[in-house]
Amino acid sequence: MKICVLVKEVPDAAVEKRIDPSTGRLDRSGEKNLNPYDTHAIEAAMQIREGGAVEVDEIVAVTMGPESAVRALHKAVSLGADRSLHLSDAALAGSDVAATGYALSKALEKEQPDLVLLGQQSDDGECYTIGAVVADHLKMPSLTQVIQLDVQDGGLRCERQAEYGYDTVQVSLPAVISVGDAINEPRYPSLKAIMGARKKPLETVATGDVGIDASEVGEEGSRVQCGEFHDPEAKAAGQIIEDEDTDETVEKIVAWLDERKLI
Amino acid sequence: MADVLTYVLHYEGKLNKNSLGAVSEGAARASEVGGECHALVLGGDDLSDELCQSIGAYGATKVFRAKGAEGLAQPIIDAMAKVIGEHGHSYALFGGGLLGFEIGAGLAARMRAGVTMEVTGIRAEDGKLVAERPILGDSKISVSRYKGDLGIIIGRINAFETVAKDGGSAEVVDVDVEYSDWSNQATMVQRGEQRGADVDIEGADILVAGGRGLGKPEGFELAEALAGAFGGNAAVAATRAVVDAGWYPYAAQIGQTGKTVSPKLYLAAGISGAIQHKVGMQSSENIVAINKDANAPIFEFSDLGIVGDLNKILPKLTEAIKAKKGS
Repeated sequence: MKICVLVKEVPDAAVEKRIDPSTGRLDRSGEKNLNPYDTHAIEAAMQIREGGAVEVDEIVAVTMGPESAVRALHKAVSLGADRSLHLSDAALAGSDVAATGYALSKALEKEQPDLVLLGQQSDDGECYTIGAVVADHLKMPSLTQVIQLDVQDGGLRCERQAEYGYDTVQVSLPAVISVGDAINEPRYPSLKAIMGARKKPLETVATGDVGIDASEVGEEGSRVQCGEFHDPEAKAAGQIIEDEDTDETVEKIVAWLDERKLI
Repeated sequence: MADVLTYVLHYEGKLNKNSLGAVSEGAARASEVGGECHALVLGGDDLSDELCQSIGAYGATKVFRAKGAEGLAQPIIDAMAKVIGEHGHSYALFGGGLLGFEIGAGLAARMRAGVTMEVTGIRAEDGKLVAERPILGDSKISVSRYKGDLGIIIGRINAFETVAKDGGSAEVVDVDVEYSDWSNQATMVQRGEQRGADVDIEGADILVAGGRGLGKPEGFELAEALAGAFGGNAAVAATRAVVDAGWYPYAAQIGQTGKTVSPKLYLAAGISGAIQHKVGMQSSENIVAINKDANAPIFEFSDLGIVGDLNKILPKLTEAIKAKKGS
């Protein structure tokens, strides 16, 4: 079995996210890191490999992004991927979620995976949906928010929480599965794995190398135009208490509740 | 003409409230751009003529009914692509929830359409629909305009109000759909399993909600003690993270795939305030949050925020409320 894991470089959680007024896009300068949700997808791939129910020949980390995104690939490799594929091309800048999914699907076609895994969302774009876009282009079945994944009956037995409770779904391969963060606790990479990550094969491809129709990607090829960023209706700021003396804090909370007749 | 097609989810013979909200919103906006709102349903024999016609009360003029397996997104993508291909709808609209996201995104790929998710407002402008979505942790609003023949709008849960009129009845049109091979590659083994005890949180005036910050399953004892101190109509609720981890029953879950509540008091203990949680409780009358992380998003929409260790605060607060009630 060959598993491809889609990963993304995102602004570090500590960096305040903002829109760059000159481009109308998310300002992606500053510290960056591997999208934390993706580490669960890599871990899920590792657990399939280590579970022994199926022979995993290769785990390939795949990303689309500028040159700096290689760091996310190095991190993915340190967490267990065998090699990585970097789709990078100026023509891709400004792609919306549909165009990004199309471009990634073309890169994945080159790899011919049996299973594509990804995290439930990116820490920056908050779209939750790239897996479903990729799957339809690849003509593969797809499930998102999967929190239990087992190799069973020649396919995958998946569990997830849906609108009316927990659903169990049997999926035959090849498939695209996006995993929820409750699926596992990602391991920490060993120092040796971190040091060795840069030596693992990393292939960089441009749009033409994987047959991407350039008119379908980038800002021009995207079918949604986002802009006119503005502030939401302001909600009156709440009162904040820093707890230093707990007895005093509790007294304040009780008074606040009592004032509103909540006790 | 700019017709809108919505998808209406159903389960055990009942239509989903968020889907009906999308129908109401779709009907209101379609009329502003000279179109009609239609709905698509997919399922088995429980989709009676009467149930389908009843979607007319929310503003749909036509209901397309397809036979197929329920609860999975890809058969619905096949059905909607066929209906849109034959009819030429200009917009597809979803009321939020897990399936709406999956169908909307897959349909965008299939139909080469633009898609916007987490939409909280739609308006008509020059004969076209424009969608607004909050971004960057709800700190900004972004406006989406669509290019091409079809625009896909996935609403945020609870964003659209359901408006029922008396006596509206929709025309029911049966559609034959040939499902794609990859749709047939996924089969529902079990749907709607309830995990953990059945608890009632929707009727409570006071909810003490616990998240990962409680540290361990036993942390919920602190939340239960506090709810007990309030007495009467108080109950304990939970976030998705702790429900998925098995710390608390599914029936107590607030948020995107859980329940939506608006109690008099919502006291969030160890909850960071992710958007998926916020959408289920933001209309509570009073929100109090206790969290050790001063940067937790929940402080941005709470009325009273306490930055501190809940293991120290909750027991003392429980005692103080008991004392107050006794006095």
